[in-house]
Amino acid sequence: MSDFTFGMTMLVVGMGGTLGTLFLITLCIRALVAFFPERPVFKEDKK
Amino acid sequence: MIDAMLSGLEALFEGARFLFEHGGPNIVMLALACAMFWIAIAKGVEPLLLLPIAFGCLLVNLPLSEVMAPGGVLKCLYDFGIGNELFPLLIFVGIGSMTDFTPLLANPRLLLFGAAGQLGIFVTLLLALALGFSKEEAVSEAAIGACDGPTVIYVSNMFAGMHKIPTAMVGALAVAAYSYMALVPVIQPPIMRLLTTRKEREVKMPSPKGKVSKAALIAFPIVVTVITGIVAPKGLALMGMIMLGNFMKVSGVVPRLANAAENEIANIATLFLGLAIGGTMAGPQFLKYETLIVFGLGLVAIVIDTAGGILLGKIWYLLSGGKVNPLIGAAGISAYPMAARLVQSEGQRWNKQNFLLMHAMAANTGGQIGSVMAAAIMLSILKGLGII
Repeated sequence: MSDFTFGMTMLVVGMGGTLGTLFLITLCIRALVAFFPERPVFKEDKK
Repeated sequence: MIDAMLSGLEALFEGARFLFEHGGPNIVMLALACAMFWIAIAKGVEPLLLLPIAFGCLLVNLPLSEVMAPGGVLKCLYDFGIGNELFPLLIFVGIGSMTDFTPLLANPRLLLFGAAGQLGIFVTLLLALALGFSKEEAVSEAAIGACDGPTVIYVSNMFAGMHKIPTAMVGALAVAAYSYMALVPVIQPPIMRLLTTRKEREVKMPSPKGKVSKAALIAFPIVVTVITGIVAPKGLALMGMIMLGNFMKVSGVVPRLANAAENEIANIATLFLGLAIGGTMAGPQFLKYETLIVFGLGLVAIVIDTAGGILLGKIWYLLSGGKVNPLIGAAGISAYPMAARLVQSEGQRWNKQNFLLMHAMAANTGGQIGSVMAAAIMLSILKGLGII
């Protein structure tokens, strides 16, 4: 494999893969926050 | 008897004779070690790493030193914890334990800045290839763009173990990575000002409103570990160790383990890693033209990382109708929490009522995840291409 092909593969697949995977994690965080919402603390709970 | 005494005396001066006859590179490296001592002690720049690295450099460059010979103390440390990648991974457990992902979970879209902040890795890789470095050397040099010392050591040492890059290059890469991490407050502000307008820098961003539950914080490291394991299994050890440290901390049930990871384990691993890396800086192998190029490419990588983050910020600024301050893009690198604090101070410099810290912290923790993810993905692609 030529250096140019290797470099472009790393740039496109590497950068694209990083962006895509972090986007996937972003979606997972949204799902987590929606699935496990922060509950308001009531006085009864404190007791 | 006099002959024996003379031989004994001669042995005492053997080191000095070596230094005068063949020790040019060693003398330069001893001066470099002293410079690193000065930077670490007088300037307070990354002393935790620079001090042991400099001492390792001092030990290995004294004449006739055997610390890196088979059985030598630094060689043992190298084989015990660098050759098998153990020390960088132990440091990652500590880093994970020290990191608070709450701002990121409160504002998850800012994780994308952590991806844009890795642009320097891939552009630097292309540059290194264009300069004639081998594929493995180019990947190692590009890893400096991760702005993350343990990641650089992990990636480059993998190739050193396969004898595809010289061992001395691992030392040069580590010193370059830690030096540039320390120089982030010097490198980033001019790029921030160059790439943004005053109007953009003055944009006020409201505080993140979302609150994050403990359950979400506990589930987050597990989810990231699983995704990394599926997408980029070659880098699972890197991400897994960060997430293990964070998981122990947020779970709240093992404070002793979390404290040990954050303090004792991270401190011991840092000391041994620094010494062993300093041990790779033997003058004759270190003082090469390639070392200068390594430092040059490292600087380019961090400049492009910063520019990548800010450019994404500018796009976001346009798409949001001017509601996002592009400066927070500069925090999408792994230098935590330095980059975030820098964005906060730069934002306040142009608008005293600007509080960007929480947004920048989110982007900065995104940068930590992004840098490890980029390295993991690079390693997985290399495996797919049959290079490792």
